[in-house]
Amino acid sequence: MDRSQGRAARPGAGATTEPGGASHRGLQLEEPLLFEQDSPGRSGVDFPAAPTAADRLGGLRRKSGVGLPGLSEPQVIRHFTRLSQKNYAIDAGLYPLGSCTMKHNPRLNEKLARLPGFAELHPLQPMSTVQGALALMDELARWLKTLTGMPAVALSPAAGAHGELCGLVAIRAALEDRGESRKRVLVPESAHGTNPATAAACGFSVESIPADARGRVDLGALRAMLGPDVAALMLTNPNTCGLFENEVVEIAKAVHDAGAFFYCDGANFNAIVGRVRPADFGIDAMHINLHKTFSTPHGGGGPGSGPVVLSAALAAFAPLPYVVHGPDGFRLVEMAEGTAKSFGRLKGFHGQMGMFVRALAYMMSHGRDGLHQAAGDAVLNANYLLARLKGHLTPAFEGPCMHEALFDDRFLKDTGVSTLDFAKAMIDYGYHPMTMYFPLVVHGALLMEPTESENRDSLDRFIAAMRELAARARAGDAAFFHEAPALAPRRRLDETRAARQPVLRWRPPTARRVAE
Amino acid sequence: MRYLAHTEADRRAMLKEIGAPSIESLFRDVPEAAQLRAPLDLPDRMTELEVDRAISALAAKNRSAATMACFLGAGAYRHHVPAAVDHLIQRGEFLTSYTPYQPEIAQGTLQSLFEFQTQVALLTEMEVANAGMYDGSTACVEAVMMANRLTRRQRVVVSGGLHPHYRETIETYGRFGGFTVVSADLDVEGRENLADLIDADTSCVVVQNPSFFGQLRDHQTLGAAARAAGALLVCVVTEAVSLGLVTPPGAMGADIVACEGQSLGNALGFGGPYVGLFATREKFLRQMPGRLVGETVDVENRRGWVLTLSTREQHIRREKATSNICTSSGLCALAFTIHLALLGEVGLARLAEINHALAVGLADRLAAVPGVEVLNNTFFNEFTVRLPLPAAPVVEALAERGILAGVPVSRLYPNRPDLAGLVVVAATETNTKAEMDHYAAALAEVL
Repeated sequence: MDRSQGRAARPGAGATTEPGGASHRGLQLEEPLLFEQDSPGRSGVDFPAAPTAADRLGGLRRKSGVGLPGLSEPQVIRHFTRLSQKNYAIDAGLYPLGSCTMKHNPRLNEKLARLPGFAELHPLQPMSTVQGALALMDELARWLKTLTGMPAVALSPAAGAHGELCGLVAIRAALEDRGESRKRVLVPESAHGTNPATAAACGFSVESIPADARGRVDLGALRAMLGPDVAALMLTNPNTCGLFENEVVEIAKAVHDAGAFFYCDGANFNAIVGRVRPADFGIDAMHINLHKTFSTPHGGGGPGSGPVVLSAALAAFAPLPYVVHGPDGFRLVEMAEGTAKSFGRLKGFHGQMGMFVRALAYMMSHGRDGLHQAAGDAVLNANYLLARLKGHLTPAFEGPCMHEALFDDRFLKDTGVSTLDFAKAMIDYGYHPMTMYFPLVVHGALLMEPTESENRDSLDRFIAAMRELAARARAGDAAFFHEAPALAPRRRLDETRAARQPVLRWRPPTARRVAE
Repeated sequence: MRYLAHTEADRRAMLKEIGAPSIESLFRDVPEAAQLRAPLDLPDRMTELEVDRAISALAAKNRSAATMACFLGAGAYRHHVPAAVDHLIQRGEFLTSYTPYQPEIAQGTLQSLFEFQTQVALLTEMEVANAGMYDGSTACVEAVMMANRLTRRQRVVVSGGLHPHYRETIETYGRFGGFTVVSADLDVEGRENLADLIDADTSCVVVQNPSFFGQLRDHQTLGAAARAAGALLVCVVTEAVSLGLVTPPGAMGADIVACEGQSLGNALGFGGPYVGLFATREKFLRQMPGRLVGETVDVENRRGWVLTLSTREQHIRREKATSNICTSSGLCALAFTIHLALLGEVGLARLAEINHALAVGLADRLAAVPGVEVLNNTFFNEFTVRLPLPAAPVVEALAERGILAGVPVSRLYPNRPDLAGLVVVAATETNTKAEMDHYAAALAEVL
């Protein structure tokens, strides 16, 4: 296996030392901070002279400068181009982050989101001038409702965790409407951290449901925990072990029999979209990460979009605003009307419109048949990884899996190599690491989600790299793993120092010396 | 299907390797009751050209602000974004990467977020800033919840000059998160006295500057009153460009600052995605929501950046986290940083001066229209006018003449007939003198 990525690591090579103390290594270029490239008076934007008039600032003119650096446009282009080259990306290669669904981001969707008819719309223009935008929101809602089998959807949540909040607040509003103040929310041990965090933010106490030996919710334990004070179950399905909760229908019935609601975390909807409607396994609410299943780009940490589908029991409590169709065309309902019991507003304006355009373009491109095939291929790819890595890494559970394959660290036992070391060594083989140490129910978890975007050759190369790494660990080459990555733009970084002596912003060198 | 990677032969070969007869057989854990019984009522796949046509047709049904004279603000502003910004954020290495959890191969995102944090701290004159929130409204409610944690109090005083969507968001979170929201009456002219509403249970006072109605106010005295009562001052800014010209929240004694960052780098986009700016004092760092990027070194002692202090965050702390936020607004933060990098010190100051001067010119033109009254004595690039007629139909009539004349206050406060004549009007560098003359003339005709 060639692990040179086209260039050797030669510490000290390169003549120039940039601010920050590092040198270029071939074409791996060091780049100082913007603030270290300042030339006072320079700007990358030209303006006409400001019209002269007496100001109306009421004496509130800023007294000191801001302290921003001055750069020309070419400097700025070069700066951010160089920075970009230090990132790994889906565009560059397989990105097997389990639970994150790093699939191809079609460029058509970028083009359409930038059409002036969407990008240049003010959110508070007269509604008569934005009929196409409202029609698009309505059409997106139709797709989401049809794909999930649910009667209602709230589009405004800004991302998955915001969608969870939307769902739990709707549940709380519905309970209050029934005159009930149930206080407990049950969350499996394997859940995403956002689930307990959201439940706590909504004023619920959080209790953890154990997993059974098959990586699923222990139905007996769940039944024992349910009671008149349980507000909701929050369950990810397919779950974070990459498995379909095969008793989900019984789970839903038990939750409903106890008078509670079933919130489904839709982070893993990509495995079943077009094949299984969550309504058919009994959910009351589910958020859909448009940035996962429907491929809006992750952008280095957002923006996302987290629409929430709701059952008939919760629909009346959905947040504002929402789109309705009337005699004069489409209209946004921005204030509670008549008998509506909306719980109110979750954020400013109407939702992540730019993500709506991209997601709808993705759905229309695939169509019913293409989504069905995409989910099938995502599951096929994960099972292919599971089958071909089975004798080399240790699968956490019996297959088949859904869209992600989960391994534990038994294959690294007595090698002196941890899951983290293994992950960092993957970087030297040209891959982004998988999700690790999550879910918490598996020791040293390695969670791999290849997505449907990867072809067989790509999977085979990845499998070969994983097998070689596993063999190297078993062969006693622990030092290689401990030193990895050696070939990335940076080697392992001192995270303890970053946390103990936080430096969260640049300060001019003189100010730094004073601070020290 | 153009985005899918396998031929039927690939699928058969892979299934053989797995030892499964079909893809359907891999779904055997799906219970009978949950299996699809009828085909979904959705169309089949479309070519790129077909999707382009269909969605472009929807875009064409909108009248974009670019084709009209746009004087809309109220929390979202039309500014000129240099072409370099969109070019750079569309580089696949930024666009198609994940949250930078593997710092060795995400230094590009991490360094740019460190630059973002520095820019936000400088603009607001605060000590520390985080790596961004969803938008201004959610940054604002996160600031409120942070103040509640810091003071261990549960009563929030909200200015009548705060953007109504922000206030409504706080009210929603308050109702279900267990804190009380005391909203002052609407304050069109910037005369409220919020100090009177502060008591010993108050965690924070939330003000906006410039206010929703465009008024500028010095909140220093209010901040001192809040601190004397053991409460914090939360300052909201919805127009980030104002920070280039107006006294920043840090100089007014703000404890927490929440801003909408859309104005820099990000399109109007019908309301999103945007990016929230969040800054505070260093001593409050550990109660901050959201991601933080910190400087460190690698094993070769080379400077680098990592996500840090993540013991505040949901993926580590679960139900004890400072916020449930995960996916945030990274790419919008990058656009903000690039736009501000291009502007630099002199560019931002010039941009802000131009915005203010044009708004002064527009206010004078509108004030000269018979029956029209400008209600602000101070403003940055946005102000409120009172029309002698209900504003909403006037705004509709002007839209037919190619003018987006402002946001009628009745759209946001439909239950306040006394405010039906009010319009919030903004001017930016994108407005020409000819547009402003046209607006004043058309308004005179319509009234």
